[in-house]
Amino acid sequence: MDMRNQIPDKWNQIANREALIGVGLAIFNFAWWYLFAYGLGSKKPEDYSYILGLPAWFFYSCVVGFVVMVALVTFIVKVFFVEIPFDEEGEEDV
Amino acid sequence: MSWQVLVPLLVFLFAVFAVGVWASKYVQSSHSFLQEYFLGDRSLGGFVLAMTMTATYGSASSFLGGPGVAYNEGLGWVLLAMSQVVTGYFVLMVLGKKFAIVTRRYKAITLVDYLKERYQSKWVVLFSAFSIIIFLFSAMAAQWIGGARLIESITGLSYLSALFIFAASILIYVMIGGFRAVALTDAIQGSIMFIGTLVLLIAVIVAGGGIPAIIQDLYNENPNLITPYGAEGNLTPAYVSSFWILVGVGVVALPQIAVRAMSYKNARSMHRALIIGTIVVGFIMLNMHLVGVFARPILPGIEIGDKVMPLVALEVMPPWLAGIVLAAPMAAIMSTVDSLLILVGSAIVKDVYINYMHPKASNQLIKRVSIAVTGVLGVIVFLLALNPPDLIIWLNLFAFGGLEAAFIWPIVLGLYWKNGNKYGAIASMVTGVALYIFFDTFYPEPLGMHSIVFPVICSFFAYVIISLFTKKKLQQV
Repeated sequence: MDMRNQIPDKWNQIANREALIGVGLAIFNFAWWYLFAYGLGSKKPEDYSYILGLPAWFFYSCVVGFVVMVALVTFIVKVFFVEIPFDEEGEEDV
Repeated sequence: MSWQVLVPLLVFLFAVFAVGVWASKYVQSSHSFLQEYFLGDRSLGGFVLAMTMTATYGSASSFLGGPGVAYNEGLGWVLLAMSQVVTGYFVLMVLGKKFAIVTRRYKAITLVDYLKERYQSKWVVLFSAFSIIIFLFSAMAAQWIGGARLIESITGLSYLSALFIFAASILIYVMIGGFRAVALTDAIQGSIMFIGTLVLLIAVIVAGGGIPAIIQDLYNENPNLITPYGAEGNLTPAYVSSFWILVGVGVVALPQIAVRAMSYKNARSMHRALIIGTIVVGFIMLNMHLVGVFARPILPGIEIGDKVMPLVALEVMPPWLAGIVLAAPMAAIMSTVDSLLILVGSAIVKDVYINYMHPKASNQLIKRVSIAVTGVLGVIVFLLALNPPDLIIWLNLFAFGGLEAAFIWPIVLGLYWKNGNKYGAIASMVTGVALYIFFDTFYPEPLGMHSIVFPVICSFFAYVIISLFTKKKLQQV
């Protein structure tokens, strides 16, 4: 096996963990979006409550859901994502 | 159409052109022409990376078609469109650092280069290169038609002149500037989309008398417009949710998106792009689809969905501002078309010509061939768009779903599952494409879901089962 094609274990672990975080975020994102939209939105339209003029289901699912995802992605990237070099020279330009 | 509308559009075209000329300096001075021309020398920073991913993806169909459908379906379609927020972080996180490291090791310049090194199979290379060329060529032709129609409707020029202006402006900057020009112009175009949709949304809300009044008007016309179920009540949760695959997580497998996940400079660029990309894609999708819904009480009775955005812009804003805002859908089309053009070019030059026809071509020759191929492709698309053949229209319908079904598992499992092999990859690609065309043609919306769902599931099992089944055979060799 050509040694240059071996990715160091430490990098591999970091890359795998971050990919799993991506999958986890997508599942959370879907759950939030689905539960608010169909949980609150399946009522009759005349019984809807409104926030800032928008139906509550839409406000929570699409507006708050989006803001929550941005906050979550920002937090996770800043706290859990590790800067690793991509080239074999391991140059410290990151 | 007044000059006040045209001037901002012309300024925009000129800016894009200037960026192309500037980027061509890098092409002239690059030490590796292929790497620079087709991948921008892997030097994209976070902002440009986020913008080029978003802009490439937010094509004419989503930019003109999306608000048009939202106009007819109401808030349920905005809900569906918001499934695209996931693309902002999912693609870069899942392909992620592994893809960045592996493609550097392989010295891959195209997605097919990656598949070639990973699977070591001529058939994987040829099947993927030809699916990219055929599907994305058709998608590109369809987008050119959309772009020309938009210029036609804004300026009042004939379709032929509009197509010519559109084709010439794109061809010039892509030919001379390559991928770097595409990415940088995408950053401009993405910014215009971001600002344009926001300005238009505010103008529409003001014109409609505030959000509560608009929602009340919608409710009075048809209460279904403010439910998640669409105007006729037929947007079921299963159908809407299945778009999470087609326009959400499945986007990871679109070659024009995946190639961007190998084009960034370092981990810091990627981290910034994750945050910026999520903000930008969510913001644009939310705003432009809300514009479509909110336009309904202001301008009732628009029959052609694609005209909702141009008409409402001209209705609620002064002409010079409408001109700036209408540069947004124009930008959306251009930023998709330019990316497809450079990608199809790379598939022909790098994946087919250099791999199998002329492996020892000199840098100088490759340079001439690349620029010539890009130019010839442009001319062919131009001629096809003059009188689009039915085959192109038909292929375009399958372009994105077909490519997602073909590539999602060979790319993702190829990265993270060491047992995946070439037999699994071929089985997965053939299963995905064939089933997608089959379902879409003969049995659309199985179990109330979009026809992308089953092909993606089946191609997963094809990949895993065939890989495991052939594992011994490969070990014996």
